[in-house]
Amino acid sequence: MFIPHTDGERERMLHRIGIGSLEELFLSVPAEHRFPQLNLPPGLTEMEAVGELQGLAWGNENTRDLVSFLGAGAYNHYIPAAVDFILRRGEFYTAYTPYQPEVSQGTLQAIFEYQSLIAALTGMEVCNASHYDGATAVAEAVNMAYANFRGKRSKVLLSPALHPQSIETVKTYTTGSPIALTACEIEPLGDPDQLLPLIDNQTALVVVQYPDFFGRIFDYHNLAQVAHQAGALFAVAINPIALGILTPPGEFGADIVTGEGQPLGIPLSYGGPYLGLFATKTEYVRKMAGRLVGETVDNRGLRAYVLTLTAREQHIRREKATSNICTNQGLMALASTVYLSLLGKHGLKKVAELCYHKAHYAAEKIAEVKGFQVLTEQPFFNEFVVKCPKPAKEINADLLEYGILGGYDLEEAYGSIMERSLLVAVTEMNTREDIETLVDALAEVTHD
Amino acid sequence: MNIPNQLKYTSNDEWIKIDGNIGTIGITDYAQEQLSDIVFVEVVVSVGDQVSKGDSCATVESVKAAADVYMPLSGKVIEVNEDLAGTPEQINSDPYGAAWMVKIEISDPGEIAGLLDAAGYQKHIQEKG
Repeated sequence: MFIPHTDGERERMLHRIGIGSLEELFLSVPAEHRFPQLNLPPGLTEMEAVGELQGLAWGNENTRDLVSFLGAGAYNHYIPAAVDFILRRGEFYTAYTPYQPEVSQGTLQAIFEYQSLIAALTGMEVCNASHYDGATAVAEAVNMAYANFRGKRSKVLLSPALHPQSIETVKTYTTGSPIALTACEIEPLGDPDQLLPLIDNQTALVVVQYPDFFGRIFDYHNLAQVAHQAGALFAVAINPIALGILTPPGEFGADIVTGEGQPLGIPLSYGGPYLGLFATKTEYVRKMAGRLVGETVDNRGLRAYVLTLTAREQHIRREKATSNICTNQGLMALASTVYLSLLGKHGLKKVAELCYHKAHYAAEKIAEVKGFQVLTEQPFFNEFVVKCPKPAKEINADLLEYGILGGYDLEEAYGSIMERSLLVAVTEMNTREDIETLVDALAEVTHD
Repeated sequence: MNIPNQLKYTSNDEWIKIDGNIGTIGITDYAQEQLSDIVFVEVVVSVGDQVSKGDSCATVESVKAAADVYMPLSGKVIEVNEDLAGTPEQINSDPYGAAWMVKIEISDPGEIAGLLDAAGYQKHIQEKG
């Protein structure tokens, strides 16, 4: 439990700095801003507050009541009941790595298992204890690559088919730094080979997404090779479910793999908390941000877990650390660990196959509806781009009347170059009937 | 504690061996003892770099701390100990020999007067306690 300062302690502190009261401490804040009128309604009882919040919650639409074809980075997958049950056990139910971590062997073991699973899934050698979400993990990859070259290479190439929110987050992280981003000036739906001529000996990192934001699956062997020939690092942002059937990035030259871990047993929850996956090669481990749990033996020769290589972290290395962030999503990492353990290798493959086949069935059916065209020509995983006969925003509003949460309106992120374009996601949660309902609804809402 | 007479020192626990206009740089026996078991070293300058006195030239990491190594003098880097990264424990076992880090061509001999001699360094670490 967190125990705040006692009155006695406060008095001693105030006395030490030579002031008489806490108010004196804030005198430099202009008086009119010191105690602003908040104009709050009177307090409620717990029962009243719960009633009010419940009322607000009922105003939301949710994926239990609607049939969802919305993805764009967050996916509606089935979450086995055991995930939540284990998560809520008192021994685990904290978002924090304990301040004396080695006392909590169970927490450390869970993180170690998580790291091992993600390393195996991505084909990488080392995985940290996680970041906030997929977007911040990409930003940490950029930080790491820049640190790896000690500032001697400052160019970072972001694929235009990277999640737009990842691009935004990288921009935020690198504001005011010497890192120069190259992104988005090229056609988002183009081929990743358009990145090739942009790679040079100033490039620290090339970042692609796999499957990309539009669901497409590309073979990145060549791109990785060209990046390496120029001396740059190569990072791949993944959807972990897709790796149930796709070649792990470690096998085609990734130096860093990041990803959004939400599909692994974490609810949509209006955007968070999610889970940032981050894995790399052993040779870069000292430049990696975040916490790292290692397995060792204690003084009796028994297996034990410790936080390791902590001299990388900002509390020791201060301003020289690659990142100022060591916070991880311990609880969400545990959820993904339980999820992956329950499904196993074959279960994960099965989920990925279901997503793949159902999405392809949906694409085939939608292409048959008059006025609709599937723009995705490449192999894709569980998401594809549909050109609609009218603005996607209007289609989505109409679909809601049918109890369907439509796709992601690409015009929202990309403007008019993506007008009337809908990104449709399909998961194992969508039945054949759901897909047929969508197809019928699309025909009805667009027929003259 | 070993503080060889023929070397010069900084108050930040670097040593430099001066042969004519060539300076060889490492960290002292006292520094390695304070850091304890060294598990990682990275020289952050490259051959040909012009570096100034006080610039960071290497990072050393032990099981309990990370420390920067700074240039005792200004100059041009002419050699880097490439082997050291693979055997960082040599900083503990042979800080003045195998664990040298960087060699420079000294560009401003006037700066040498600002370094400590063995007696001065001995006094400095005694005062630090």
